Amino acid sequence: MKNGFEAGVVGLAAFLALMGAAFSRDALFQAHAWVLFFVLVVSTVILIRRVKFYPDNVAVPDADESDASGYMDGVIRFGIIATIFWGLAGFLVGVVIASQMAWPVLNIEPWLNFGRLRPLHTSAVIFAFGGNALIATSFYVVQRTSQARLFGGNLAWFVFWGYQLFIVLAATGYLLGITQSREYAEPEWYVDIWLTIVWVCYLIVFAGTLVKRKEPHIYVANWFYLSFILTVAILHLVNNAAIPVSFLGVKSYSLFSGVQDALTQWWYGHNAVGFFLTAGFLGMMYYFVPKQVNRPVYSYRLSIIHFWALIFLYIWAGPHHLHYTALPDWAQTLGMVFSIMLWMPSWGGMINGLMTLSGAWDKLRTDPIVRMMVISIAFYGMSTFEGPMMSIKSVNSLSHYTDWTIGHVHSGALGWNGMITFAAIYYLVPKLWNREKLYSLRMVNWHVWLATLGIVVYASVMWVAGITQGLMWREYDSQGFLVNSFVETVSAIHPEYVMRAFGGLLYLSGGFLMAYNVYRTIRGDVRQEAPMDAPAALTPAE
Amino acid sequence: MSFLDKHGAVERNLGLLFVFSIIVVLIGGIIEIVPLFYLKNTIEKVEGMRPYTPLELAGRNIYVREGCYTCHSQMIRPFRDEVERYGHYSLAAESMYDHPFQWGSKRTGPDLARVGGRYSDDWHVAHLKNPQSVVPESIMPSYTFLANSKLVTSDIQAHLKANRMVGVPYSDEMIENAVADLKAQGNPDGDGVEEMQARYANAASRYFDGNKNELTEMDALVAYMQMLGTLVDFSLYKAEDNLR
Repeated sequence: MKNGFEAGVVGLAAFLALMGAAFSRDALFQAHAWVLFFVLVVSTVILIRRVKFYPDNVAVPDADESDASGYMDGVIRFGIIATIFWGLAGFLVGVVIASQMAWPVLNIEPWLNFGRLRPLHTSAVIFAFGGNALIATSFYVVQRTSQARLFGGNLAWFVFWGYQLFIVLAATGYLLGITQSREYAEPEWYVDIWLTIVWVCYLIVFAGTLVKRKEPHIYVANWFYLSFILTVAILHLVNNAAIPVSFLGVKSYSLFSGVQDALTQWWYGHNAVGFFLTAGFLGMMYYFVPKQVNRPVYSYRLSIIHFWALIFLYIWAGPHHLHYTALPDWAQTLGMVFSIMLWMPSWGGMINGLMTLSGAWDKLRTDPIVRMMVISIAFYGMSTFEGPMMSIKSVNSLSHYTDWTIGHVHSGALGWNGMITFAAIYYLVPKLWNREKLYSLRMVNWHVWLATLGIVVYASVMWVAGITQGLMWREYDSQGFLVNSFVETVSAIHPEYVMRAFGGLLYLSGGFLMAYNVYRTIRGDVRQEAPMDAPAALTPAE
Repeated sequence: MSFLDKHGAVERNLGLLFVFSIIVVLIGGIIEIVPLFYLKNTIEKVEGMRPYTPLELAGRNIYVREGCYTCHSQMIRPFRDEVERYGHYSLAAESMYDHPFQWGSKRTGPDLARVGGRYSDDWHVAHLKNPQSVVPESIMPSYTFLANSKLVTSDIQAHLKANRMVGVPYSDEMIENAVADLKAQGNPDGDGVEEMQARYANAASRYFDGNKNELTEMDALVAYMQMLGTLVDFSLYKAEDNLR
């Protein structure tokens, strides 16, 4: 019998969710338990409809066995679709909250106020879009570079669906007002526990596949993926340490308070950037860039130094989020010094990625996917230069609390993470669905430029907005009085907020273009268009 | 660079890669975070800090729930402009009972670390209901529903207990009288106001939302904001005593 056990377990979980709703200690927990119940009931019905019976003496065929490659790719196909779906959702919410800051009338209380939507945007983009991209690509890369099928059979499916459940619970929780108020770690204690279970299974699948690898060497992309999975587990467990008020209620109080709590949170927060958004995505870079340009990684030794220096130094950088606060000076200074040192491995990695194109730079002209990768790595380099600069205390005194920080984050997230993910998706989709090529390379090219223009608009107007704000806050007149009231510094940057929403809209439209392109590729269509890689018409020199 | 050639051993052994990675990523965090728990000069000694009253705690939870921290910091940096705009720079001790901290990372709106007592209760209520009615250029969302949402008081005792488990010094008496204290703070004409104030120094008791009939979430949030940054008396605070 196939799927029978799974249907039973999910059905039982649905029953427990119903009990949770019935015995809840507060209204929010009840609402959340109903959400969970509904999701699990739908899942149970789907699973029951897919139950298949086989006689005892017949081996149960595995749907994925049909993969000609022998690798387990079904879960990766789902992961790619989930990545695109959550990406669009996250970008869309981003455009909405950007518009709310330009036109506050767009807030709809209580569920769609900025304060509740902002964590929805950050989590959707980092954990739903980025997380699904990381899980899907890591499953793909670890199988190909280990020449082994994913370890643990259906455990990979549990990781995928369990992670989607985490996303749904986190997202609905934000709208209901269920939050720990820890940036990028907002979900409450019970969602954190669920994520811990899913994450441990993810580690088991990934490391298990490495254990049964047929290649003697563990490929460099897998070092990065492994350190990302391990470190995120450590960060998640420590930062979310909390005592719940009731086991049938949403609210918990963090184990630490004040200064200690702040540093723990930003140790987590900065390394969510360092390991989730950097180490994991560098794993993507180290696999997909060499594959797409068909050249080996530029320098093997540089990749060793890059890896160890990066994971060692990143962890120290957290205190730069707390410059000039009540955090002791020694910790602030350590954070600043290590942030500046971090520039070196970051640029080492960038050089290693870019120089992989040595001897294949012509592809930049003919292959929009390579173009996307190069832009992505360039943004990685730019934001890892900007970050250490902003961590210098005197710069930070101006930039902190302003939109400059928001611009910085987005040049990293939209430029580096977004672009390398799009490139990986365009690389993977034809391979995973056995299509000869993408529906349209010209659309990829449009996506490249729409996204790049969107980021450039976004980042530059946020520089202007942030520096304007910072300077206006500290502006004195000749009599020694503060010149601006706070609200004057808000209305001064209204034009920038409008422009920022426009930049986001460009990026979002690129995302929709990708979704359409992927949809048509999966259907097996090929667009009639002039080829991108046609040799340029040569004109004789005169 | 022959040591790089030895790296092959790590690449061929998952256990080594696993263990080295964990060691390397743990070092920085341990060196930076652990001393904060035992170095005494991390948090200076100040007079006046006390745990939140039950009503203030309920208000704080609403502040957290609505994501106010996404736009408002509660951490005044020691710069001339910030001290003149917001008041004395924030001390570590002032957030010692904050689980979790609310320092924030962005000022779309102004810092709130010392907003307590700067505006009237009426101003806060009008502002929360319709920010643009008192600050026309404001881009803050409105929070009208708080005035119509009855405050849940039944579980406040459990909240105080959970806070005590993570280190906030709530006494048995405080926990026992949590519900009564919460109601007394929002009802100055009722019983138990003096007992509440004996337990929580300088706690104000008012009809914070102006509505005498019902205790609402607006009462709790305004009570919380009106005490922010008011506990330490800076006319008595000597910064030099805490030089480190």
